[in-house]
Amino acid sequence: MNTLAITRTPAPGSPLRRFSNLLYRRPNLYLSMLLVPPLLWFGAIYLGSLLTLLWQGFYTFDDFTMAVTPDLTLANFTALFQPSNFDIIVRTLSMAIAVSIASAIVAFPIAYYMARYTRGKTKAFFYIAVMLPMWASYIVKAYAWTLLLAKGGVAQWFVQHLGLGPVLQFVLGIPGVGGSTLSTSHLGRFLVFVYIWLPFMILPIQASLERLPPSLLQASADLGARPRQTLMQVILPLSVPGIAAGSIFTFSLTLGDFIVPQLVGPPGYFVGSMVYAQQGAIGNMPMAAAFTLVPIVLIAIYLSIVKRLGAFDAL
Amino acid sequence: MHSDSQDRASWGLRIAAWGGLVFLHFPILIIFLYAFNTEDAAFSFPPKGLTLKWFSVAFSRPDVLEAIKLSLQIAAIATLIAMVLGTLASAALYRRDFFGKQGISLMLILPIALPGIITGIALLATFKTLGIEPGMFTIVVGHATFCVVIVYNNVIARLRRTSHSLIEASMDLGADGWQTFRYIILPNLGSALLAGGMLAFALSFDEIIVTTFTAGHERTLPLWLLNQLSRPRDVPVTNVVAMLVMMVTMLPILGAYYLTRGGESVAGSGGK
Amino acid sequence: MTLAVQFTQVSRQFGDVKAVDRVSIDIQDGEFFSMLGPSGSGKTTCLRLIAGFEQPSAGSIRIHGEEATGLAPYQRDVNTVFQDYALFPHMNVRDNVAYGLKVKGVAKAERIQRANEALEMVALGGYGERKPVQLSGGQRQRVALARALVNRPRVLLLDEPLGALDLKLREQMQGELKKLQRQLGITFIFVTHDQTEALSMSDRVAVFNKGRIEQVDTPRNLYMKPATTFVAEFVGTSNVIRGELARELSGYPQPFSIRPEHVRFADGPLASGEIEVHGLLHDIQYQGSATRYELKLANGQTLNLSQANTQWLDNTTQHQTGQPLSVRWAREAMVTLHDTVSGEV
Repeated sequence: MNTLAITRTPAPGSPLRRFSNLLYRRPNLYLSMLLVPPLLWFGAIYLGSLLTLLWQGFYTFDDFTMAVTPDLTLANFTALFQPSNFDIIVRTLSMAIAVSIASAIVAFPIAYYMARYTRGKTKAFFYIAVMLPMWASYIVKAYAWTLLLAKGGVAQWFVQHLGLGPVLQFVLGIPGVGGSTLSTSHLGRFLVFVYIWLPFMILPIQASLERLPPSLLQASADLGARPRQTLMQVILPLSVPGIAAGSIFTFSLTLGDFIVPQLVGPPGYFVGSMVYAQQGAIGNMPMAAAFTLVPIVLIAIYLSIVKRLGAFDAL
Repeated sequence: MHSDSQDRASWGLRIAAWGGLVFLHFPILIIFLYAFNTEDAAFSFPPKGLTLKWFSVAFSRPDVLEAIKLSLQIAAIATLIAMVLGTLASAALYRRDFFGKQGISLMLILPIALPGIITGIALLATFKTLGIEPGMFTIVVGHATFCVVIVYNNVIARLRRTSHSLIEASMDLGADGWQTFRYIILPNLGSALLAGGMLAFALSFDEIIVTTFTAGHERTLPLWLLNQLSRPRDVPVTNVVAMLVMMVTMLPILGAYYLTRGGESVAGSGGK
Repeated sequence: MTLAVQFTQVSRQFGDVKAVDRVSIDIQDGEFFSMLGPSGSGKTTCLRLIAGFEQPSAGSIRIHGEEATGLAPYQRDVNTVFQDYALFPHMNVRDNVAYGLKVKGVAKAERIQRANEALEMVALGGYGERKPVQLSGGQRQRVALARALVNRPRVLLLDEPLGALDLKLREQMQGELKKLQRQLGITFIFVTHDQTEALSMSDRVAVFNKGRIEQVDTPRNLYMKPATTFVAEFVGTSNVIRGELARELSGYPQPFSIRPEHVRFADGPLASGEIEVHGLLHDIQYQGSATRYELKLANGQTLNLSQANTQWLDNTTQHQTGQPLSVRWAREAMVTLHDTVSGEV
């Protein structure tokens, strides 16, 4: 032990050490040094842009000269309530709601099976198997569906070989759901949306189910509940926050999309495609800006609803 | 939530779960299959034969190569910016409480929580107002903005799992703030930072909605793909590129998974 | 003799909570000093104030005569053994131990040699290449000790270092720590909530309660002459007699303490200076080396009597619950108590 001689630090006066001492004595200086770069980026670039956009929603667009003038007006926002524009909003909103509900129904059994009946390697396999399609290229997934749904494509081949032709014809005949072919029908567009956003629903539900203590289920069984009763009375209510959290993604992502409506489904604008068309082809940035307010407001309303369901704790 | 061995999933549940996985992967498999399709115009199924020739066709097209190069460059720069900003933000937010903390973390998440179209058109409106010509620079700005939160999430999760006493132990043993960062924090953060970077890279490489607005005349790979969809003559080349994009976005997810798995145990804690 | 650590009216506030409230302590150089108290009593905060992880809200802390307030942990000649050991998971054992030397710029050959010596000292000579996860709890604890001691601090801080170990290992480590401290002759400041641990190892013990110090004393005095009701009840078990009965028995209005092992069954005539009380035997607990008898006194208060089982044959059967009993103790075994030392709650 005596060989462990004392080595005293020769009071290091290097600039780095002095700087370190300063930051130690002034934790607020340290904190602001960390915060300033991200705050600058997000404050100046991101929030600044959002405000610029909102501001331009009040500008005037001249239909004849196709020019934008900075004369402030509320006309763009009131125009949102014109029947043609309002139709677009309703169409988009109902698709977002339908997609969220369908995703939850398809996702729940997968999430439930993952959380309750898999462990170790199988659980990891399921996890990756859900993560991969979630992260796989969005545009390629949308493209894959155009291949699947195309005339003479995979879907048609299966329908023919399974003898489901008449069923498909019947479904496509239902107004508001169908269309002339699968790839130009509401049903086709709905399928693509459900497919693309499904993983965003599975993972939050799985996480919320994973957090349920096993003793809870044993207690339910112990108290005489059959598995179905345990599912309906205990598991389903407790997975509501997870479903609500997942629906934030499915709802918000569907609401703002303009690529899928462009590739699959019948003609007719979505909010996203309207924004795109207004600023691009027409050059009416003020109207485009006013239209972006629609998803923002709808999402804000939606968030305030799901917040009550505990969605934020499940994120 | 684990089952006892005696209670097993019903057949209905098993079919729904495994069927769900098949549903999720079938379209991806189709892309891989069609990339080798011998036909040059049709979507017909099943394919008549398989070939590798479209790969050489695709990789000899200058427009494809340029789009790949641009997308790689943008993803690399955006990822770098996101790693710096995301790490700084997570270091600032993970432990101390201060006024406005909630607001800052909300602001970081907003670019991916709000539909991309809002971010895209907002940036476009600003660039136009400021007279900035859209191009590679503007694409990078957009991508970096929504990639920050990916890095931030990964790094802050690791910081929260890393026992704070490691940092105290380092300072206690005589290391100043810089030495502690260099020898203790960075090595412990390394794999989370890398995982976050890989995910950010994948996200940027694939992004199309924000990019549509900020690209100007530049054409990233996803934009090239979107443009191809209205040109049926090029289907085989499109299929090959689609498969390539699919792989570039899927491989990082596997890498990130292996880098961050087994995160349950708290680093540096000696307890059982 | 210089003071290793001196607290003068030190307070540390977290929001509205006073974790440490106007504490003054003098810790001698070379002393094995324990800070004992329940969780949340302020003992760990005091340790963190010495290490520099916290800064006092008020008051002054001197380490070896030097004002430490405002100094960063790395500017203090003090090292800590953490409760969770805080071993760096990405370094092997030797690099963990050598870390303090490395950041102080000690040459590589020297720091490896010193790290190896420190590992020898804690009987982990061959473990240098292992990663912390490959070690048992007791081994990690020793690495944490070696890592702190290799820097040869003048004060070593130990934050409940034995808390995660099982009982046998814990008792063994207590002995080794005490031996090590004598050998090195440096100041050990040991935080624990385990009163047996504190009593068996320390030269002096400070008993913390609600951010304040109730008593600083040698283990023997702490046990035999507890100053307050809190100390009497926290250190060992005690019969604290309060109220009218206390006045009747002792002649003073203050509560007093009488240890169960100082109470005995009445036999023969009452000697002068002895006190006798009567009650009903309520419960008998056989505890191995001793048997505890619980008496209900006439006023409803409980009185415990502990009798060492010195005979090979067990004498528990002589008594039955429900039977009336008389017990006695010597007047000088009674210790008059204060509510708190500082007089303020």
